[in-house]
Amino acid sequence: MRRSIVTRFIAPLGILGIMLLPTSVSADELSRASMLSYTCAGCHGTDGISPGSIPSIGCKSADVIEKALKEYRSGKRFSTVMGRHVKGYTDQEIQLIAGFFGTYCNKPTKK
Amino acid sequence: MNNYSRRDFMKWAGAASVFSAMGWPLGALAKMGRSAAKVVVIGGGYGGATCAKYIRKMAPGIEVTLIEQNKRYTTCPFSNTVIGGLKKIEDITHGYDNLRNRHGVNVIHDIAEEVNPAKKVVKLKGGAKLEYDKLIMSPGIEFMWGKIEGYDQAASEVMPHAWKAGPQTTLLRAKIEAMRDGGTVIIAAPANPFRCPPGPYERASLVANYLKKHKPKSKVIVLDRKDKFSKQALFVSGGEALYPGMIEWVSKSAGGTVVRVDTKAMEVENNNGFTYQGDVINVIPPHRAGTIAQRTGLADKSGWCPINQTTFESRKHKDIHIIGDSAIAGKMPKSGYAAASEGKVCAAAVVAELGGLNMPEPSYVNTCYSLVGPEYGISVAAVYRLTKKGITPVKGAGGGSPKVADSTFRNMEAVYAQGWYDSTVADMFR
Repeated sequence: MRRSIVTRFIAPLGILGIMLLPTSVSADELSRASMLSYTCAGCHGTDGISPGSIPSIGCKSADVIEKALKEYRSGKRFSTVMGRHVKGYTDQEIQLIAGFFGTYCNKPTKK
Repeated sequence: MNNYSRRDFMKWAGAASVFSAMGWPLGALAKMGRSAAKVVVIGGGYGGATCAKYIRKMAPGIEVTLIEQNKRYTTCPFSNTVIGGLKKIEDITHGYDNLRNRHGVNVIHDIAEEVNPAKKVVKLKGGAKLEYDKLIMSPGIEFMWGKIEGYDQAASEVMPHAWKAGPQTTLLRAKIEAMRDGGTVIIAAPANPFRCPPGPYERASLVANYLKKHKPKSKVIVLDRKDKFSKQALFVSGGEALYPGMIEWVSKSAGGTVVRVDTKAMEVENNNGFTYQGDVINVIPPHRAGTIAQRTGLADKSGWCPINQTTFESRKHKDIHIIGDSAIAGKMPKSGYAAASEGKVCAAAVVAELGGLNMPEPSYVNTCYSLVGPEYGISVAAVYRLTKKGITPVKGAGGGSPKVADSTFRNMEAVYAQGWYDSTVADMFR
């Protein structure tokens, strides 16, 4: 289970705790990495957990995701649509996306 | 190779945010006596439902109320599979229970009738008044009845538009099922910009698929107000391979512009005075930004709503954001998938502003699958960035499926089309 930055770093400090709680924001949900990665969720499911025929990408290691994305981009690895997508991202953006899904493992709750 | 640990990653990607997050309670939200910021979202489709869910995901402390007139939502994506008889309407109809129970979105089934941008209040048809700090509108489209002579709401019961999914989808399906063998199905497609650019051509394909099996002497005529259309080469080659001679496309230059309909004679007239007879006639009328956006004065002369393309905030009224088909979102198409992508960017903008945080650089995507046949899928994709010209596709990326591909490839994309549908729906509703 992931923990938001607020609960990890700020809540333990105890200061302003009461004021923080109702408005707490997960800072890792509001980063360049998350903005890039949320676009993946359209096809791969929320948090990268796919309900259907498109492979899940959540809970895979960042190295695996980065390697796959770069191979789709170069054409070394076969894809239908991924090659077309990954050509839109820089190396650094690929690393941010890989890092996001590699560290962000939010297993779905039962339906 | 890179080795990532969560701590390193957060240090790298999110460290700056820690400090801004600490500043949160001192920011814009800290109005005395107010415990939570209030966001109201109008419209529970791809844009609105996704946006509502992602705001709650990013900032569980924000109170989100979603106004949606229908208790259950029938998706426009995949509605052509119902019209073509591959799926039932229930397969593409979904409820709001998860948004309510799992994501804590306050879902109200009502119609937003009036917005007061100065007082920041939404008035519902049922009488309730909702205050907001931020209002997000994702109201889809409004048909411009009468723009095609004779085509009003009553006419749409005879010649369905089926461009808002639901009863109209079922009606068009029923008419096609009841048609005689040897009949003609006419699809009148609108001019740009319009909702779901590949939609009319997927519809023609899946209707042809049904007719070929069950009424093989029949044909489909697409009367178009355009000279080219989305995924054109793919649709044309796919159609020729699967349904040779069954689909006729009449471009704008060839007289495809329908200017008048006659529901009694079951005919449509083009701008040269030529009439086409149809046994089933599907008219997709011209449309513009949704009714509540029009009524609130958010649209410009084009009929669509100008916005700040980073935050999706209206150019007309502060603290009202517009996403989805109603918005002028740079080069993004009016598709459900694009609306959901816009919804996530808008969610980030709203959360950042309410929290006094910096909004990260936005990123947008569109991916759109169409079925030429049940085992023949095609797709188009684009990655967008914000440039000086607004939301712009990244050069060298995206584009359509390969023009030449074997049946395995087309079949894979048909399988992925279903997966794409399932994921988009889950990203909204699960």
